[in-house]
Amino acid sequence: MENFTPISALIGGALIGVSASLLLWLNGRIAGISGIAGGLLSPSKGEMGWRALFLIGLVGGVAIYRLAGGELQSIQINGSIPLLLIGGLLVGLGTGIGGGCTSGHGVCGMARLSPRSIVATVVFLGVAAGTVFVTRHVLGWGAMS
Amino acid sequence: MKLVAALVGGLIFGLGLAISQMVNPEKVLGFLDFTGSWDPSLAFVLGGALVVSFIAFRLVLKRDTPVFANRFSLPDKTDIDGGLIVGAVLFGIGWGLIGLCPGPAIASLAYGMEESLWFVGALLAGLGVARSIR
Repeated sequence: MENFTPISALIGGALIGVSASLLLWLNGRIAGISGIAGGLLSPSKGEMGWRALFLIGLVGGVAIYRLAGGELQSIQINGSIPLLLIGGLLVGLGTGIGGGCTSGHGVCGMARLSPRSIVATVVFLGVAAGTVFVTRHVLGWGAMS
Repeated sequence: MKLVAALVGGLIFGLGLAISQMVNPEKVLGFLDFTGSWDPSLAFVLGGALVVSFIAFRLVLKRDTPVFANRFSLPDKTDIDGGLIVGAVLFGIGWGLIGLCPGPAIASLAYGMEESLWFVGALLAGLGVARSIR
């Protein structure tokens, strides 16, 4: 557990909760990133601006953090281009078909105690952990960190 | 005002992902790797987000309408159908392969890495395909 960072995790998590609560309180919308991004792909009037601005803010928030000298100045994304494409495609397809991701189901849906979201979160967390077990401990891709 | 609220909401979300380090896939994989040197941080991120939103959602939904819109747009599906399960399984595989879910994937663009672009491009393609077959 040498990389465990409970305090920054709780603070960052609370900020995500504040963001989701603000979006619901002010705009009446669920802060599910896959849903917000997916909505940009089938343009309809009055739906494009807020979605684009939320996502621009998402990138901007990280950019501000970096400029302000935040601790995490670099990140590590491992995977060949084909693997990145397969991973991205599966995440897009899966969250599109399943109607949500870590934020939509995992945070907003669970906060609403939605049975669909609780089931989805248990399934995708379990499958993701199983996938990591296979890639790192069965296939031995674990030379990563 | 709706647009300003969305931008501010996005900024706070991005800050949260950066401070919690969830924008770093290596950190997320450290949580998903239960049999390795397990890093429980992601559970604390989810916990922190849930405590705040669980309480705030209850207060917010006591209102008749949101501040800048005329109604709350909440998901109305309640059945646990095949699409939900198949979708969650596919998402879980993709998430486990790279360590990026949609929020952190898009937020990671702030680090200007080529890997983020490939992943986000494929993510949007996948979302597009899912919308066309639904």
